Amino acid sequence: MSPTAFTLAGARDALKAKKISSTELTQAFLKAMESARGLNAYVTETPEKALAMAAASDKRRGEGIGGALEGMPLAIKDLFATRGVRTTAGSNILSNFVPPYESTVTQNLWDAGAVMLGKTNMDEFAMGSSNETSAHGPVFNPWRAKNSNANLVPGGSSGGSSAAVAADLCLAATGTDTGGSIRQPAAVTGTVGIKPTYGRCSRWGIVAFASSLDQAGPMTKTVRDAAILLGSMASPDPRDSTSVNVHVPDYEKQLEGGIKGLKVGIPKEYRMDGAPPEIAALWDKGALWLKEQGAEIVEVSLPHTKYALPTYYIVAPAEASSNLARYDGVRFGHRAKGARDITDLYERSRAEGFGAEVQRRILIGTYVLSAGYYDAYYARAQKLRTLISRDFTQAYAKCDVLLTPATPGPAFAVGDKSDDPVAMYLNDVFTVTVNLAGLPGLSVPAGLTANGLPLGLQLIGKAFDEGTVLRAGLAIEQAANFTHKPANWWSK
Amino acid sequence: MSVDKDTVQRIAKLARLAVPQENLAPMADALNGIFNWVEMLNEVNVDGVPAMTSVVAQKLKWREDVVTDGGVAEALMKNAPESEGTFFVVPKVVE
Repeated sequence: MSPTAFTLAGARDALKAKKISSTELTQAFLKAMESARGLNAYVTETPEKALAMAAASDKRRGEGIGGALEGMPLAIKDLFATRGVRTTAGSNILSNFVPPYESTVTQNLWDAGAVMLGKTNMDEFAMGSSNETSAHGPVFNPWRAKNSNANLVPGGSSGGSSAAVAADLCLAATGTDTGGSIRQPAAVTGTVGIKPTYGRCSRWGIVAFASSLDQAGPMTKTVRDAAILLGSMASPDPRDSTSVNVHVPDYEKQLEGGIKGLKVGIPKEYRMDGAPPEIAALWDKGALWLKEQGAEIVEVSLPHTKYALPTYYIVAPAEASSNLARYDGVRFGHRAKGARDITDLYERSRAEGFGAEVQRRILIGTYVLSAGYYDAYYARAQKLRTLISRDFTQAYAKCDVLLTPATPGPAFAVGDKSDDPVAMYLNDVFTVTVNLAGLPGLSVPAGLTANGLPLGLQLIGKAFDEGTVLRAGLAIEQAANFTHKPANWWSK
Repeated sequence: MSVDKDTVQRIAKLARLAVPQENLAPMADALNGIFNWVEMLNEVNVDGVPAMTSVVAQKLKWREDVVTDGGVAEALMKNAPESEGTFFVVPKVVE
């Protein structure tokens, strides 16, 4: 077995037993990354930094010290500010931005002993569900349909991270999730992703998209790995006023104990008309797996589900238009040449620096916040958000965790949906409710389509109850016994 | 509600985004596609429903009103497209 095939937990054991050094492991990944450049998963590789961090880790291990992620090579979504390493957010407007500071989440990882392999590709400013809005070009999903050479998308916006995990180009990766950007790419690449409760991971140093929805989380090969990585990413942080001061439990320990007696809710509104039968069949199978392990299945109702996506497409662009006002061509980022005056400088720097989808969302956000329209759109959407959140509160009176599909379908072809914004937005139909309510949500691989493409199931928990979500996710993972890997067509 | 070319121009101005004349009509079409879809929110009676202000019930944190950071002007200037010393250079704004 190549060391790149290790899970985080497997690498931890091998490193501990001194069967491999962090340097050897890091070298194996750097080699794999080099041969997989055709996938376009990484936008910046940091081999020198990686080898220096690995050497320092090996030294620490030799001295008998080390953290929870000691010596483990990780990929970092290019939305996390990394000191001295270019951070672009997938945008031309930040194409030369080198942060003089480190995000809290990545600092937590380095403090735990992890090694940075590089920065992963993503939709521009995390706005997309296919990684096709990236200024660095699309990422290709390591998975292809049976008997097909068509390139598929890896999901988005954390598409570089999902592809890197699926293709064994890192042990695990970080992602961020505003409407589904961890869970949807995880689902379509056969990997695991969890968006924790809003406030669990600090947003400090993560390029802001929609601040009331953005959350960082792990993207991994197994549920156990997600528990391990989340434990290091999460922390209360005085530098993020929305980070919540609650104890971060030992998530790995919380995986134990099984799911006997767990009440699992099946929200009936998630049975969508026109959804592929394979999705519904997998969902039924997932419920059966949980039942067989002692869980009790109850039907619940989330009546405002269908309003979640349109609500999101008011709230998220509104916040984005405000957050992205900072890109003005003056203090950092792209600056247009030969500006006539300051307004011309702002208008042209932004028009040249932002891609089409980002511009569209800035305009939507500006419109819904503008005088005369604020109450009709933004204020109404925030009320809808309250109703969506109440739906969950009422459902949790009857159950402990919810089981739903993760996506409405498997990975689609590059270019398939890029001309129709609303069709693209519908990819997040099962994930976006969770962001609006601030809850934890996990996507776990559960099966393959007849065409051989991975599908995921989603578990949604109560606020700050990631432990139950992970434990139920582990039950699905064990029952599904998903051991499939994409055939390697990309290595050069 | 329907968005026309003039509206796009007006909001583009508010957003400080230069949208070329020939893109105004296609942008209006794209925005209308999205606004027509979000119209469905009008079906819901939201009378008496409070607007969401925070997904997690918590009081905003207080901290001492003290300086905790700073003195890094030179590091911050490294990303400036145009600067003189620790000043950002912009086109003349005062005649």
